[in-house]
Amino acid sequence: MAMKKSYKGLFYAPYLLWLALFVIAPVALIIYYSFFDIHHQFTLRNYQDFFESGTYLTMTANSVLYAFLITLISILISYPMALVISRLQHRNLWILLVILPTWINLLLKAYAFIGLLSRDGLVNSLFSFFGIPAQQMLFTDTSFILVAAYIQIPFMILPIYNSLTDISDSYLRASSDLGATKWQTLTKIIIPMTMPGIKSGIQIVFIPSLSLFMLSRLIGGNKIITLGTAVEEHFLTTMNWGMGSTIGVVLIVSMVVVMLFTSTKRKGRRA
Amino acid sequence: MKKFVITMITILLLCAGLGYGSHELTKSTGDSGDKVLNLYNWGDYIDPALLTKFQKETGYHVNVETFDSNEAMYTKIKQGGTSYDLTVPSDYMVQKMKADHMLIPLDKSKLTGMNNYGSAFLNKSFDPNNRYSIPYFWGTLGIIYNDQDVKPGTLTHWNQLWNPKYKDGIMLIDSARDIMGFSLISLNKSVNTTNSADLLAARNKLFQLSPNVKAVVADEIKMYMAEGEAPVAVDWSGEASEMMSQNSHLHYVVPTEGSNMWFDNLVIPKTAKHFKAIYAFLNFMNQPKNAAQNAAYIGYSTPNNQALKLLPKSVRDDQQFYPPQTVLKRLQVYSNLSPEKVQEYNDLYLEFKMHH
Repeated sequence: MAMKKSYKGLFYAPYLLWLALFVIAPVALIIYYSFFDIHHQFTLRNYQDFFESGTYLTMTANSVLYAFLITLISILISYPMALVISRLQHRNLWILLVILPTWINLLLKAYAFIGLLSRDGLVNSLFSFFGIPAQQMLFTDTSFILVAAYIQIPFMILPIYNSLTDISDSYLRASSDLGATKWQTLTKIIIPMTMPGIKSGIQIVFIPSLSLFMLSRLIGGNKIITLGTAVEEHFLTTMNWGMGSTIGVVLIVSMVVVMLFTSTKRKGRRA
Repeated sequence: MKKFVITMITILLLCAGLGYGSHELTKSTGDSGDKVLNLYNWGDYIDPALLTKFQKETGYHVNVETFDSNEAMYTKIKQGGTSYDLTVPSDYMVQKMKADHMLIPLDKSKLTGMNNYGSAFLNKSFDPNNRYSIPYFWGTLGIIYNDQDVKPGTLTHWNQLWNPKYKDGIMLIDSARDIMGFSLISLNKSVNTTNSADLLAARNKLFQLSPNVKAVVADEIKMYMAEGEAPVAVDWSGEASEMMSQNSHLHYVVPTEGSNMWFDNLVIPKTAKHFKAIYAFLNFMNQPKNAAQNAAYIGYSTPNNQALKLLPKSVRDDQQFYPPQTVLKRLQVYSNLSPEKVQEYNDLYLEFKMHH
């Protein structure tokens, strides 16, 4: 019996090692560094600075606001799209087409958008064809949010699509047999049953959106400053790893908060 | 699933095969052994033809590794485990590395051709008497404008950037020291000031610049300017010369009231091992014809006056990149600031970027 148990433990070892090396150790290091100042002295100053400085708090508010908008727009676009795709005949092909852009490097996609949105870009040429004067599109809030939403949409569609295809047809038939309208079926049956998919979509999209420093520079022209910009600056320019780590800890904590808010209560559902 | 596994294994084997092949290739060109020089340089910052020539003349093979910021280079050398023989920090970073005991002084008796350098480029505040460093390239911070939007000769002062006619028309290079720097110069202050009141004033002045700022970007600024996305930009002379080679409507000007002057310098870090190769290389680069070839390839300003004489007249007389003495006198070199002051510059700069 004891033999068997230790044998079983052997199977766990790689996973435990993986967790320890690539999950627990980095997080522990970030937390450890966040308690040191630029002279490598132990201090709580970084946290005090973060929560006392108007700059960092505004930046946090900005980050949350933009991440919220990006997530909202991705849901608004993704849900109807997932719904339509799940009804199509060749739905596997369509969902493949949705995933396809994720195979392309983020930087390449950003540069493609620069080509589209620039002053002499494709969108402005199209506008001038219809007699609309050229617009400044790069370096605006709108274009930043739209490009970020475009990049996040595949990650939102997939979990929603999966939860949609999980719904058995018998529920939908029962709903229409019992006299529900299409709208009622959608709001009372489909949306509640796909809530887990929406929630995991939010988890995947919201957190990375908090720190899209590369997009905020390339598309937003650094007029939108999020926490990611500050982390980059602290690690690369001022070499104040303590403050950079403190912001990292704040991001990790906010991730935990989002996870708690969107966690599905498994017990109730499965029972 | 089986197909997937087979594909993955094929790709991995291919990579391993190619990796082995390239390892063999570099070995046969003398990567290992004593006849090497490990150069840690900025990306694309030396004419590759010079490296071949150097190997032919001296037999030393140069391994080049690259970095993209002074801070990245500093961190990598400081963390150890490297064996770089030469690296190319900018002015303030020479000072910082020196203060942190990361440099080996130059043995002047082994150096030839030091008198090729112009006196304006030697004995600077960051390294008195050039004990540790030899200037490699130098340049300035200035204004780039597109002559389709801005009349040539009308934009010659930092203060003109605040003019409302450039509304939403200026691109800035994403660098705290440089942006705070030109604001300080426009207020008649030193770019190395540690006076908090001056720094606050510089930030407040930048706040007023906000309506004119179209974007604060990094390397992409070259592409944007070459494509005519903005009429005006603030950037370094080296970047400007690259933009101008892509778009003939662009011009570069160093404001006459002064600006920053930067130097990239060859230094020997503490990790160096191949000293014969190091001095062979330094002396090779000191030779006017080699320095001139490098300058022609990179397009930056060379501090080697004998090399400058070998460059075409159009380059020599180009006041954009070789400003006249009157302007040269007013240029200020950055000195290394304490970590607290660096933080202060960056915090104020961040506040400017967040200001709308």
